[in-house]
Amino acid sequence: MKEMSMKKTIDLQAYSMTFALIGIWVFFYIVSKGIFLAPRNISNLSIQMAVTAILTTGMVLVIVSGNIDLSVGSLMGMLGGFAAILQVNYRFGTFATIVITLLIGLMVGAFQGVIISYLRVPAFIVTLGGLLAYRGVLLGITQGRTISPMNPSFVPMGQSYIGNPYSTIIAVFVAGLMAYSAFKSVKKEKNSSIVFKALKIGIIPLIILFYTFVINTYRGIPVAVLIMVGTIAVFHVIAKDTTFGRSIYAIGGNEEAALYSGIKIKRILLGVFLLQGLLSALGGMVLAARLNAGTISAGQSLEMDVIAAAVIGGTSLAGGKGTVSGAILGALVMASLDNGMSIMNVDAFWQMILKGAILVIAVYIDVVNTERKKSV
Amino acid sequence: MEKTILEIKNITKQFPGVTALSNVSFDIKAGEIHALCGENGAGKSTLIKIISGIHPYGTYEGEIVFDGQLMNFGHVKDVENAGVATIYQELSLVKEMSVAENLFLGNWPSKKGLVDWSRIYRATTVLLERVGLSGVNPRSSVGSLGIGQQQLVEIAKALSVESKLIILDEPTSALCDAEIEILFSIIRKLKNEGIACIYISHKLSEIFELSDRVTILRDGQYINTYSSSQLSEEKLILDMVGRELAHSIPRVQQRQDELVMEVRNWTLYSDSFRTKRVVDNVDLDIYKGEILGIAGLMGAGRTELASSLFGIYPSLTEGEIRINGQAVQITDPKIALNNGFAYLSEDRKRFGLVLDMPITENITLASLKELFGTFIDKSVEKEKALNYIDMLKIKTPTERQQLKNLSGGNQQKVVISKWLETKPKILIVDEVTRGIDVGAKHEFYQILNDLVTAGVAVVMISSELPELLGLCNRILVMGEGKITGIFDYKEATQEKILSCAMVR
Repeated sequence: MKEMSMKKTIDLQAYSMTFALIGIWVFFYIVSKGIFLAPRNISNLSIQMAVTAILTTGMVLVIVSGNIDLSVGSLMGMLGGFAAILQVNYRFGTFATIVITLLIGLMVGAFQGVIISYLRVPAFIVTLGGLLAYRGVLLGITQGRTISPMNPSFVPMGQSYIGNPYSTIIAVFVAGLMAYSAFKSVKKEKNSSIVFKALKIGIIPLIILFYTFVINTYRGIPVAVLIMVGTIAVFHVIAKDTTFGRSIYAIGGNEEAALYSGIKIKRILLGVFLLQGLLSALGGMVLAARLNAGTISAGQSLEMDVIAAAVIGGTSLAGGKGTVSGAILGALVMASLDNGMSIMNVDAFWQMILKGAILVIAVYIDVVNTERKKSV
Repeated sequence: MEKTILEIKNITKQFPGVTALSNVSFDIKAGEIHALCGENGAGKSTLIKIISGIHPYGTYEGEIVFDGQLMNFGHVKDVENAGVATIYQELSLVKEMSVAENLFLGNWPSKKGLVDWSRIYRATTVLLERVGLSGVNPRSSVGSLGIGQQQLVEIAKALSVESKLIILDEPTSALCDAEIEILFSIIRKLKNEGIACIYISHKLSEIFELSDRVTILRDGQYINTYSSSQLSEEKLILDMVGRELAHSIPRVQQRQDELVMEVRNWTLYSDSFRTKRVVDNVDLDIYKGEILGIAGLMGAGRTELASSLFGIYPSLTEGEIRINGQAVQITDPKIALNNGFAYLSEDRKRFGLVLDMPITENITLASLKELFGTFIDKSVEKEKALNYIDMLKIKTPTERQQLKNLSGGNQQKVVISKWLETKPKILIVDEVTRGIDVGAKHEFYQILNDLVTAGVAVVMISSELPELLGLCNRILVMGEGKITGIFDYKEATQEKILSCAMVR
């Protein structure tokens, strides 16, 4: 019985977020006189979302483990800058650039991870230091200049599209895969209605197909979106289906119990920050590709969007709770606000104020939820 | 006799899907000690939370009338001000603050806008005297006091707001016998001053020794109220569990065949004073096929011995461990588990469970790598959980139930499932039956007996001597970190064990 009501509250959270998202979309659709939901803008919106979403998947794991990473924006800016310098100043090929940048991302992640888990400096402080230091490194290595242009073979990561028929084939494949796995899990449920089951199986695949249909009328699926979808899939599996992911939830839920259960806490936390370093490299490169340059402001204050996305998506700052899929919805909310305000020509200062407020409100909702659950 | 101080009228409290209390009514007289009994999940805690205002008026049906006044308050503080003080198992003192500061926390008397310290210290001295702590300096920090003294400070705090009813929830579970005696004499003194007391305890002897009347709850229902002098232990237990209980603890045939674990010269140093030995030069032989009991008073170092062997304090220990003749360096619980050595800790909420995780995930937590490697097979996990739910009779609607929604006894069964899943050869259980109702205790005895029969070496740390005497093959006694006695079950008696455990 209680299990049912628990599920309902979780679903309620997901529903209310979905409604908030639809509300935001309808609002911008009306005030922009339709531009917001035009295929061209949906394409832009999804490319904008890609970078945030890529970093958010990793942030979910960081926050679930009971930590925080404030350095993602700066780190990804720095790594994007590295990639640009490798290409522009040292004439590295695209493949070599990608590999080296990912490796540097891993190294920085390991560096932060070691300080946090083995030297036991709080993640908040380590990554706050990183926020400053990596931006400083970026300023130093670029000497304040924009580094461009990138190699023509590098740019597609952020700028190219996969058009019909390939986009349709990919979409049908992904939608089919998701419907099949949803079908498998729904089949085991006994006491839900047919309509509910059909919705569970059908809704996400239908959204994917519809999205592809709309976006095909513009240029097709952006490559950045494919990278994002791949990242989401990988991190969804890490969080749900691996012993590593389970250990992260255990550490965030009760670190002492995890220790007594023989979980190698330090190693797991190191792994979490390693992954976040890797994702920062990936996000940094997608952004550099989109801008066709390494710039000193790349990823500035992105950590706020990423943290807000995770928290709006139901990740609890107290640790132990959160899902990748929820956080992706959160990233979509953040990207929609960003994009909508930009096309409405809202002043930058208003955008900053609004996003700051949303971050605080999201955390407030998290606090209220945690307290309400405690009192029961 | 006296007037009624508290009336509980038709209280019904529902949680989503569960009725915790159903139409409960009884009353408390002024100046009586009223014991509240029931198995875990009977609704005692819920009732206490309603009286103390944690569940405020309006979140339950029925009425609480205190001293003639309807308790329609929305906040715990209002209830306290009305004269009801509640002292929970987990003490709510600020350890870093002084005794005096704690006593007047939030109610500091002031003079011209500044805290009136001289008045606080004077009042504190008086209050401490009332609870028999006249030797304690009001300026010393609460953290420097023993648990028993801290408990008395809590009572002094209740007196500082002129309480007319004090609720004590399992106050003796962390106390030694001498401390319990002091606590009892204080409660009796308060009774003579006309202060009523609701007393919750799992220890039958305390209930009979202390209380005037006993009210029994079972499954959220009011069963009966008795005058303690007219109540027998058998009747009380019968009312609590609703069925007759086997009196004896079932002992199984045990032998000392094969030595599985040897500990030599084991010493654990205190983290705060590196020269102090919390565990002092202990030798231990653990045999396959027997239950080895470890008795001792609070602070004797039993839990510290077990957790240090388990690799929790690798930098503070000295000594040798051999498992199956092989010397092992256990610097991490994982190494212990890899050697077939598991430890069920005394504090299941803190060290045993992830409350937000479902049963399935808690059970596999200590054997994730061994079971699954990298990818978790959820159907195997579910099967495991269903297996344990069936085998250990875990009461739950589904295997996906989160641990926070289970009762204490069922939570403990999940913890023991977790350790059984690691397939231990040596299992140390630390106060495994603490805070668990009588019926479930016997189920745990059965589980331990089955393990021993299956060839596991069980070490049982317990503060309940009857349980050790009933189950164990040998009983080891600790005092001040040292082993002060070892008995075969045939020669062991409560008196002998206690005389070894008492520190001279």
